[in-house]
Amino acid sequence: MINLALLLGGILVLVVLGLLFRLQVLTSIFSGSSKKEIGTSNKVNALLFPVVFIGGGIGFVWSAMAYYKETLIPVASQHGVALDSMFWLSMAIILIAFAVTQILLFVYAYRYQHQEGKRGYFYPHNNKVEIIWTVIPAIVMAILIFNGWKQWAKITGPAPKDAVVLELMGKQFNWMVRYPGTDGELGNLNYRLIDATNEWGFDFNDKHGQDDFTPREIHLPKGRPVLIKIRARDVIHGMYMPHFRAQMYAVPGMPTQFWFTPTKTTEEMRTETGNSKFNYELACSQICGRGHFAMKMALIVDDETDYKEWIAAQKTFTSEHPEVLANLKPVAPEPVSKQQANTTAPVTKTVAAAL
Amino acid sequence: MATDLNTPRVPVEVALGHGLHAHDEHHDEHEHHEESWLFKYVFSQDHKMIAKQFLITGMLWAIIGGTLSSLFRIQLGWPKATLDWLEPVLGHWVAGGKLDPEFYLAMVTMHGTIMVFFVLTAGLSGTFSNLLIPLQVGARDMASGFMNMLSYWFFFLSSVLMFVSLFIHTGPASAGWTIYPPLSALPQAMPGSGAGMTLWLCSMAIFIVSSLLGSLNYITTVINLRTEGMSMTKLPLTIWAFFLTAVLGVLSFPVLFSAALLLIFDRSFGTSFFLSDIYIGGQALSNTGGSPILFQHLFWFLGHPEVYIVIMPGFGMVSEIIATNSRKPIFGYRAMIGSLLGISLLSFIVWAHHMFITGMNPFLGSIFMFLTLIIAVPSAVKVFNWLATMWRGNIRFTSAMLFALGFVSLFISGGLTGIILGNATLDIQLHDTYFVVAHFHLVMGSSAFFGMFAGVYHWFPKMFGRMLDEKLGYIHFWLTFLGVYLVFLPMHYIGIAGFPRRYYAFTGFDTFSTFADLNQFISIAAILSFVGQFVFIFNFVYSIFRGRRATQNPWNSTTLEWTTPVEALHGNWPGAIPAVHRWPYDYSKPGAAADFIPQTVPFSETTSSNLPHEQDYE
Repeated sequence: MINLALLLGGILVLVVLGLLFRLQVLTSIFSGSSKKEIGTSNKVNALLFPVVFIGGGIGFVWSAMAYYKETLIPVASQHGVALDSMFWLSMAIILIAFAVTQILLFVYAYRYQHQEGKRGYFYPHNNKVEIIWTVIPAIVMAILIFNGWKQWAKITGPAPKDAVVLELMGKQFNWMVRYPGTDGELGNLNYRLIDATNEWGFDFNDKHGQDDFTPREIHLPKGRPVLIKIRARDVIHGMYMPHFRAQMYAVPGMPTQFWFTPTKTTEEMRTETGNSKFNYELACSQICGRGHFAMKMALIVDDETDYKEWIAAQKTFTSEHPEVLANLKPVAPEPVSKQQANTTAPVTKTVAAAL
Repeated sequence: MATDLNTPRVPVEVALGHGLHAHDEHHDEHEHHEESWLFKYVFSQDHKMIAKQFLITGMLWAIIGGTLSSLFRIQLGWPKATLDWLEPVLGHWVAGGKLDPEFYLAMVTMHGTIMVFFVLTAGLSGTFSNLLIPLQVGARDMASGFMNMLSYWFFFLSSVLMFVSLFIHTGPASAGWTIYPPLSALPQAMPGSGAGMTLWLCSMAIFIVSSLLGSLNYITTVINLRTEGMSMTKLPLTIWAFFLTAVLGVLSFPVLFSAALLLIFDRSFGTSFFLSDIYIGGQALSNTGGSPILFQHLFWFLGHPEVYIVIMPGFGMVSEIIATNSRKPIFGYRAMIGSLLGISLLSFIVWAHHMFITGMNPFLGSIFMFLTLIIAVPSAVKVFNWLATMWRGNIRFTSAMLFALGFVSLFISGGLTGIILGNATLDIQLHDTYFVVAHFHLVMGSSAFFGMFAGVYHWFPKMFGRMLDEKLGYIHFWLTFLGVYLVFLPMHYIGIAGFPRRYYAFTGFDTFSTFADLNQFISIAAILSFVGQFVFIFNFVYSIFRGRRATQNPWNSTTLEWTTPVEALHGNWPGAIPAVHRWPYDYSKPGAAADFIPQTVPFSETTSSNLPHEQDYE
């Protein structure tokens, strides 16, 4: 019943609008204003430009100020601070360019509106001006490029030797993490060995893997560089840690990495933000399917002592699942494992190895 | 008033006579006895009819694309609401009142695909390159009318396939419009990667055929069929823009074709171009050695030129419309051509800025960052030239002019944030966030749409012989202009706050639990702006049949299309094709009788206004 009433009401509104439109057309024909090439509407439109600009400008400034605090995600990594300052510097530059060009656009629209008996100013080109407004943006871009290069090289450069190493694996639809254990080396993986227990595909023929541990959450030490190795098991995922200004795809078949230095523990961040429930979060940034929007892992930054304690309390994967060692048999097919044993490279298996 | 100037070399009084009876309700009998309805309106080889076919198909697609966006904005604005009232439309995808997360992704994917390819590539280039290239270069029709017809019908076929895919049980393609494998390659990864993806790939392959047939025709026509006197430096900027757009299409679409083909092989024939080391659905796949990143390189090698394919027709039409309605020559005609060439060239060597954080070699990242930021320079030159064109003009705010100015405003706003995203360092944080979404919706989505609207309002009289209602045009413009800013400006805030795109809901994360209010606001603004578009649709349909009859040259414009009779006819000009004597921007020339001199008027007839170097021109 309500639906029917809504439908009828809607139709009625449309009919009224249609009639109004028709009336408008007829009156403009009878008043002769439809014959006039440029009528009052030109003035109205011209006036609307400054009106909309001022109204919109106020709205923009107000909303930017009102939401400024909320848009800032607290930063907790060394390079993140530099990245943020570069962001706001670039933002300032583009805001200047934005203001100048938009003001000119809206002011010109109003200022040079049609006037009866006037003509435009025939001024087809001026090469000097063209050169000026080619060179100035070029210089500004050059500055931004050099600035960007410097940071980019630093951020993507090799991680410090003393970096803490851990590995993330993305899969539909959650993250897994593993740490290298006491020997400090991550063990080999082979995706063909993955099953319900061995979710990573550990190849335990490689002894390095036997002390790896796979906790349910990520712990990072404050103040030490952290090198995160990144893999994906099924489709592409995006490792995204917004507080650390860290993002890198997780690509099946092509391990990637990202390193950074956390600067604030979770506790410190809780005090700083005044939010006792604050937690760092790892999200997935690259569309990966149904659960993409909920692919999350908790992330805790400890101070050095807490971190060591936490590490010490972790149990290795093999001790939690002793059956994986009990069932250990050489990887099939045979030649591959020989080949792997012969080479010293502990990295992922190559195409040749898989065949 | 300017009929003496307006008359082409060959008299067309008969046609002029028709045009002057502005309110003549009497329907003229057409004289095309030899043409049956089927070949006039359906399998037409006339470029003007094909243009209309592209436009109307594009508009239908735009309505579908817009509806999809309204639907997923409802989900984003009110993630907890019960949506069972949508069941009549969405069926089992809202079973239990909750939108299916996979269908959400499907809608996002189809919205992107439809808008980028079907509306802003086919609908935009297809319409205006077809309509304007022969008319503005002075040709009877396209180089090959038959190929042109094929181009539309391939587009139609690909449209049908894409449309059908919306209704299949497992849903349409859902891996994002960029269809990155392995997600798009494996039906185990999501149901949309099954039959939906197959249809998507077939549809796009056919679409590419259509695009290539069209583009080759445009290029050939511009190069070979220009009328006497129409040198490349006398071409209107619209033609330069369409020409370079077609060149971009011809060079880049085949690469997408190859990517699609390889993906089809991976999906159906067991190859491993893009697949390696995958364990999915409880099973380790045998594929090894492929690279998902290779697909991204191939995709973006088209994908980036594609955004210029979308925006460049707008550049051209806006240049033309701003000059005409400011009653001034376009400022820096050669600089405008130069910047178009610069943008076209650079657009091929910036693609990897979409891939800074894919694990690609960081050194490559720094090269692409350099090239990407360089492209800001020719873009800036264009903006300054448009502003300089308005400067000291005598501006008439036709609906087309309003949309052209809106285009410039949106292009500035969206283009500037490109400087931030093109910076590899800043992209680490902003990649795949709403900042990107806001950026490209302003700079290529909304701007290109505004360019398209400007074109429709301006050249509607050339298409249908009638005028669109100007008052409705004004309402349409201000509604849309404000609406677009209200949608996409707040989206930047959400992006700076790091919200990732393609999220079904933001409720799962503490970090992204803010801004529920802003998301709701954006949804309301988006839905209202979409509803506002029906003002235009009404105006369009109404004016085709009941609009004010057009005069021959309603905007007092200089270009060749306005020398053709109002009643469009096969072959465009009833007599010989007029010759061209001057550039297309002689507006408000000092000493001239009228404030515009058409391209067909020789310098010998305008001695009072000739510049020194023009006096002895002929």
